[in-house]
Amino acid sequence: MTEGNRHIAFICSKGNLDMAYPALVMGWAALGNGVDVTIFFTFWGLDLINKHRVDHLELPPVANTSMKMNMMGIPGNLGIPNLVGVLPGMTALATKLMKDKMKALGVPPVREYLQMLVDGGAKLYACKMTVDMMGLTMDDFVEGVQGIVTASDFIDMTEGAQIIFI
Amino acid sequence: MPTRVIAGKTVEVDAEGFMVNPNEWNEAIAIELAKEEGIEELTPEHWKVINFCRQSAGATGKAPTLRTITAGTGISTKELFALFPKGPAKKVARIAGLGKPEGCV
Repeated sequence: MTEGNRHIAFICSKGNLDMAYPALVMGWAALGNGVDVTIFFTFWGLDLINKHRVDHLELPPVANTSMKMNMMGIPGNLGIPNLVGVLPGMTALATKLMKDKMKALGVPPVREYLQMLVDGGAKLYACKMTVDMMGLTMDDFVEGVQGIVTASDFIDMTEGAQIIFI
Repeated sequence: MPTRVIAGKTVEVDAEGFMVNPNEWNEAIAIELAKEEGIEELTPEHWKVINFCRQSAGATGKAPTLRTITAGTGISTKELFALFPKGPAKKVARIAGLGKPEGCV
């Protein structure tokens, strides 16, 4: 980390597939522009760095009013009825649709994206309280996670940084 | 559009100092722009990246993203950040005489 350099810290608190990407995309853009990046994973956000979970992030279609049928090629603003969304397999279907769209755009999967960020110099940390609550250890995390830190540590290491909560 | 003299040649640049016309670029300009970006010497690896960017932009009309560069050159993300420290996305494009890269990955 360079003294006086712009620094952006992301707090990732969500583990849904669609909520994995904001920090990855913005963090990568920041690194590309010479900005220091720290990412703190807390609560469900820990799934993004959990090596057993990172390839299985999902997107549920229930109560997601922005997810319309046009993702499946049906024109217009027709939503996915919640009653249909609860059927077995609908979460898997919505997840597959999103993954296919991302792939078509050339967006890497979350695991690969994280590795790019680590290689570009981003610092990744896991939230101690959540780690304790979920019974996880460093062995559960993907390579490149620097450590398990407390909220207080995070506040210390992000002095002067711009903080984005996701 | 403002102009400036780089390595003895007058070229058009935009407000952020990116060259506007890739055809005005030459290797001497790259060497001077690299120095402005804090890169004292362009090694063969630097040139590999720069040449790839110019080819890619020639084919697509826009500066490649970092991921396109790593995929196209075989140079790893780590190496790319070491070759062009502190912001390779903009630095590479600027040194290669291209506009800012479009696209997010």
